[in-house]
Amino acid sequence: MSAVTVPARSSLTRSSASRRRHAANHLALALMVVAFIVTVIPLALILGYVVVRGMRVMSWSFLTSDIPIVSRAPGGGMGPAVVGTLLITGAAALMAVPLGVLGGIYLHEYGGPTTRARVIRFLAEVMTGVPSIVMGLFIYTTWVLAFGVSGFAGALALACLMLPVIIRTTEEMLRLVPLDQRQSAYALGGRRAGTIVRVVLPAAAPGIISGVLLAIARAAGETAPLLFTILTVNTVNTDLFNGANTALSVQIFRNAQQVFPGPQERAWGAALTLIGIVVVFTVIARAISAVFSRKHHA
Amino acid sequence: MLELTERTAPEPLGGHRPPGRIVDRTFRALAATGGALVLVILAAILVTTTRNAWPAFADQGLTFFTSSTWDVVQGTFGTLAFSYGTLVISVIALLIAVPVSLGVALFVTELVPVRARRAVVFVIDLLAAIPSVVFGLWGILVLAPALTGTYTSVADAVDGVPLLGTLLSGDPISGRSFFTAGLILAIMITPIVTSVTRETFATVPRAQKDGALALGATRWEMIRGAVFPHSRSGIVAGVLLGFGRAIGETIAVALVIGSSPQITARLFNSGDALSAVIANQFGESTGTYQAALIGMGVLLFALTLVISMIARGVIHRAERRIGSASA
Repeated sequence: MSAVTVPARSSLTRSSASRRRHAANHLALALMVVAFIVTVIPLALILGYVVVRGMRVMSWSFLTSDIPIVSRAPGGGMGPAVVGTLLITGAAALMAVPLGVLGGIYLHEYGGPTTRARVIRFLAEVMTGVPSIVMGLFIYTTWVLAFGVSGFAGALALACLMLPVIIRTTEEMLRLVPLDQRQSAYALGGRRAGTIVRVVLPAAAPGIISGVLLAIARAAGETAPLLFTILTVNTVNTDLFNGANTALSVQIFRNAQQVFPGPQERAWGAALTLIGIVVVFTVIARAISAVFSRKHHA
Repeated sequence: MLELTERTAPEPLGGHRPPGRIVDRTFRALAATGGALVLVILAAILVTTTRNAWPAFADQGLTFFTSSTWDVVQGTFGTLAFSYGTLVISVIALLIAVPVSLGVALFVTELVPVRARRAVVFVIDLLAAIPSVVFGLWGILVLAPALTGTYTSVADAVDGVPLLGTLLSGDPISGRSFFTAGLILAIMITPIVTSVTRETFATVPRAQKDGALALGATRWEMIRGAVFPHSRSGIVAGVLLGFGRAIGETIAVALVIGSSPQITARLFNSGDALSAVIANQFGESTGTYQAALIGMGVLLFALTLVISMIARGVIHRAERRIGSASA
């Protein structure tokens, strides 16, 4: 145990030493409040700018129109990017969620304390730290060089980013399922796989779903892994496997670098749309986990 | 010990239902595949990116890392200026974000009433939910233009002061600079550093904190005497994870750093960073040029891998220590 250092002398009358101690205390506590305020200010500023500037161009036609071919032109919309973001993120989730949940099940239900599981658990943690641009380069070298750019290539990159996150969340949530639920199922003659699928997974489902939604929200905002895997287009491309595609994040990146007001406005509009998508997913995730934890405490 | 009983429980007696056993085996194999995929992907990243970067490594040799000459036309690809930029902006980010994150983590664990804690944590998590490209958009269109004036007055104020006079100056001063990139990164890594340190602060035994307070310590003395010594490795891990994030962060940096490769101590100058160069130049690259950019990706991958391995190692060691202490 670490030693607790406290000045030896402490009297009821406030000596100058005591006053200094209390002044230091108040200063430190005030600095903690300041730290929180300093953190909230950029958050408020960024959200404020995105909402105010984004609302200036936001309309149904902005969400559905094509992107102007001449990038400096004003007007137009983000239709292709909205479709691209939903399509690519959706495809990534379809790949990463089942595999990630299976991986989590392996780690908690089968692997446990074995060396193999410990290595995989460690690598999954390490993999969450791989920069997203490196995932883009990885898919470029393995997929795009062989099969060309497509929405699917972007989805692969996003899936690689989501996988370790989903594995970790699933394992954490499975850990919360009480052991006696499993034992009851086994006592009734249930087998391992059946017990996991019908008893353990449903019990952990709210937590897993909430974690998965947060991972999807993060992936939807990723830009770097999409830059060279999907390139960009100005019209809607619903074919996931053929031809270039685009996404809200990529459009924000491209338009933010333009000096003309038209593309900058489209960038703010796209940012508002993207934040909207992220917030919807995040709020649903929070709601699920809030309901779940209330049930847990009751 | 939970795992042990669970593992010995489900062996069925006799094996009356062979089809069930096949299902069991298949499911187990599927689950193991999901787990093993992590290993496969990490190995594949290392192999394929290194192989594609090889022409550049072979062509440039060690100068790839040690030279700061980046001349696409001449085919000279030295990445030192970019590594320098990455290091500088990450250090700026840490210098700002670490004290702030510690403050926020203490604010959450020691000051905020339990009922409001969830709301405060939600606000910080919201910051983590904002996509990096939105930070970049705000940075390039709002923050960078707004900071140009501030930089000028700061540079004037510290002009002539040794060290500071050089650091806080620009030649020319630019809104898109090392410092702006560091500032944006600081905002972006605050949530992760906060959440890691907050979790370690929360593991400090109640008895130690109460003991310190009962001895007459003020709250700050209690934090210095009981909370910090207990959380040292957690803080180190948080700083390392933040460092790893800062190094790998791409899009926001690409937008606000100014894309001008140079090694200078003047922080208000435009600069460039590894990740930003890849994002900005990859589209137009071919041949050795492209190999060099992929090579920078390999460098980034190796750096973040080492840093996050150390960070996770520190966390695991701390967890084991805390676990054995409470047992």
